[in-house]
Amino acid sequence: MRAPRGAARRGYAGPARALVVLVAAGFAGGSLLWTLVTGFVEPEAALAFGVLIALGELARITLPGNREVAPIASAGAIGYTFLLTVGGDDVHHSGWQVLAVVTVGFALGELPHIAAGRTPEWSDLARRMMIIVVITLGFRPFAEDLSPGSDQAAWWPALGLMVAVVLAGWLTDGVIAAAIRAERLRTRFTVALRDELRAHAGLGMAIGSSGILIALASTITGLAGLLVFTAPLLVTQVAFRRFAEVRLTYLQTVRALSRVTEVGGYVATGHSRRVSRLAKSVGCELGMRESDLLELEYAALMHDIGQLSLRDPIASGATVFALPREQRRIAELGSAVIRETGVLDSVAELVRRQCEPYAGDGEDGPPPLGSRIIKVANAVDDLVGESADPEREQAVLERLRMDGAGEYDPEVVEAAARALERASAHW
Amino acid sequence: MRALPIAARVYIGLVVLSAVAVIVIGPHAGIDPATLALVVVLYVVTESISTTMHNSKAGISPSAAASLAAVVLVGPIGAAAGALCSAPFVLRRQNIVKRLFNGGQLALVGYAAGHAFLALGGGIGAPDRTDFPWILVPFCAALVVYGVANALLMGCLMWCLGVVHLQPPRRVRWRTLATLEGASLGYGMLGLFIAAVWGVIGAPAILLVLLPLFIARWAFDQCIAEQRAHEATLATLCQAVETKDYYTRGHCMRVSRGAGMIAQQLGMHAERVQTIRYAGMLHDVGKLGVPTKVLQKPDKLTEEEFAAIQLHPMRGYEIVREIGFLDEALAGIMHHHERMDGRGYPMGLAGTDIPEFARIISVADAFDCMTSTRSYRKARSIEEAFAELRRGSGTQFDPTMVAALITAVDRDGWELPDAVEPPGDDSAVVAQQDHDDPSVPLRVAGEAER
Repeated sequence: MRAPRGAARRGYAGPARALVVLVAAGFAGGSLLWTLVTGFVEPEAALAFGVLIALGELARITLPGNREVAPIASAGAIGYTFLLTVGGDDVHHSGWQVLAVVTVGFALGELPHIAAGRTPEWSDLARRMMIIVVITLGFRPFAEDLSPGSDQAAWWPALGLMVAVVLAGWLTDGVIAAAIRAERLRTRFTVALRDELRAHAGLGMAIGSSGILIALASTITGLAGLLVFTAPLLVTQVAFRRFAEVRLTYLQTVRALSRVTEVGGYVATGHSRRVSRLAKSVGCELGMRESDLLELEYAALMHDIGQLSLRDPIASGATVFALPREQRRIAELGSAVIRETGVLDSVAELVRRQCEPYAGDGEDGPPPLGSRIIKVANAVDDLVGESADPEREQAVLERLRMDGAGEYDPEVVEAAARALERASAHW
Repeated sequence: MRALPIAARVYIGLVVLSAVAVIVIGPHAGIDPATLALVVVLYVVTESISTTMHNSKAGISPSAAASLAAVVLVGPIGAAAGALCSAPFVLRRQNIVKRLFNGGQLALVGYAAGHAFLALGGGIGAPDRTDFPWILVPFCAALVVYGVANALLMGCLMWCLGVVHLQPPRRVRWRTLATLEGASLGYGMLGLFIAAVWGVIGAPAILLVLLPLFIARWAFDQCIAEQRAHEATLATLCQAVETKDYYTRGHCMRVSRGAGMIAQQLGMHAERVQTIRYAGMLHDVGKLGVPTKVLQKPDKLTEEEFAAIQLHPMRGYEIVREIGFLDEALAGIMHHHERMDGRGYPMGLAGTDIPEFARIISVADAFDCMTSTRSYRKARSIEEAFAELRRGSGTQFDPTMVAALITAVDRDGWELPDAVEPPGDDSAVVAQQDHDDPSVPLRVAGEAER
């Protein structure tokens, strides 16, 4: 739990992630070689789309949940795949050439980022490649047969196939992303798959339709209008970027304000952050959804905010030693403060019920999972404190396991034990 | 219709009537009825998904895309007819007058843009590959006419409603205006796009173009909701700070408003004004680091206690320094108790060495403190507070900021807080002094007043 953020990143290097990066690199290298040997066709189109892809890659954004995306690059690549005619002249590039152009475009777009020290998330880059691989291999072999000429009705089979392969591409991507996420966070694959599909649904649709649109529009306008045609996607990208920024500042604000209790001398330094980090990894272990994890993080960060209303700080800020009545009062006060925001009601509920015993103590039934997790995480941190001594950790866990009063959820305690073991293994 | 001024009623009537007139008069040849019907659908959809911009004052909608696509596909008369016909079907909560005006306005603007398009040689109907790239010339002309006509019609309405007044150019919010115009020009380019793809696959073009826009709208909505949540959370947590002292309820929000007024008066652009509002909101967050018994001490303070109070700007800085968007506000929070003559705390900066934000917050802070009730005195009147600020102008406060506050408050007024009565059960301890109060300095034992 004291593992710094870097440890979580180092934890990425699992087999699924390595495999994806390797396969994508294989496709990239292979397609480049193949195209070099067999030669390029229609270099103007390749150049125009290559530039678009490079620019899009340059303008990549990071969505909430550390997801790196490059909507314009992806849409450009999909557009190039689906390109049948440019201003009336048929084009004949192969799927391998598409992949080669995409590879070069990605590389050119990433170079400035790498030069500035912003290394891309290699697995996300590999996934962007794999989507194009799936779509290209599913569409390009049939491109010559589908070329419609100027007949409106003849576009329908082509359009149908485009939609189908785009869907297949995003589904494949969802599976890959979920495999990597499940491996990284040690959560369940099905949960991760649902999270990934949900996280990418909106932007994925926008990218897919823009890609199709670019291919169709090039038929009429030629390559000149290419940049203009990314306009709807640009609007979308701006919207998503703003959303990601706001989400980030919100989290920063809650983190910062969770420290008011520390600066005020109510709790030990770093307590809220440690509790939230441990709570989050326990939540992952137990297969919580991403949206629930975010709520859990907010609640864990603010779980001690009720102490602000105390006239005198309790001893070393450790609520675990306080009287149950006092604990209850702190939880109620904190929850009241959070509830006043009018937007964080479920977070307030998690905070309110954080000190109830595992089986519940009233007509409301057992407290929600998030509250049970915060209770365990808070106890662990209060008892272990800042010391990084594994033996002390073990002793504390043993004490929580032995608890006879039904205070702590045994399942959560076990998950916490696994999370702590993993965190110390990363040291 | 009840609250509308006469001028506005006449104006709206004129707009709607002239829209109807141009549609009735104009030549109707060359308009394909099926295409026109689809154009109406396009108008309805785009008007229904219009988004609100960041400060939610002005609404923009992708209807520019619909309008300009209509101009290309069905010409000026078609564009006008489509706009007016779509007005009743728009899926938004709007009263009939607003619908009529929006429809009429869109119709007139589309009509004007359409004539510009035709005048420069554009042809009606879905463009094909021989039209490119020269169709861009009349299209861009149509785009410009669209923007100008839209701004004129809207501006006139605002003027009739008395929302805006004719202002000297310096005071117009060019930035907001440019953002709005830029956004609708961007959407306008999509009009050509829709028309071009229309030529390839027909009506499904609408879906392909609008899907990304739907999703963008969804993301903007999320964004706005998140932003509101963020502000609500900040405000609530500031109120949590004030639970320490009964008499300072609402102080943070009022300082935030006052600082915003000064910044606006100084002509800062919208983002900086927003940042200083945050700074004002959070300026006393460091009081959490000061023991409650010191804040509420009725007697003179010891040197240590005085030092603890002097530490609160630093503590506040420590708490919020990792919040990325605050940047300039951090300096404001840290230095809001500096004095122009260098006798303030925590660093003893003087004159313009004190960050601008800090000089603004300092004035707003003192003004609100003086105009609200404290346990040891009643609230002063605004005039008394002004006099006190003028007295400290140059020594404690920056004269520019004092003048700006006085001008802004004189013009826009200042809502005085209700006198707070602490609960009568003696359980609440209330402070007997306030570190913000320039007229009643903190009393420190063994020393004259400081």
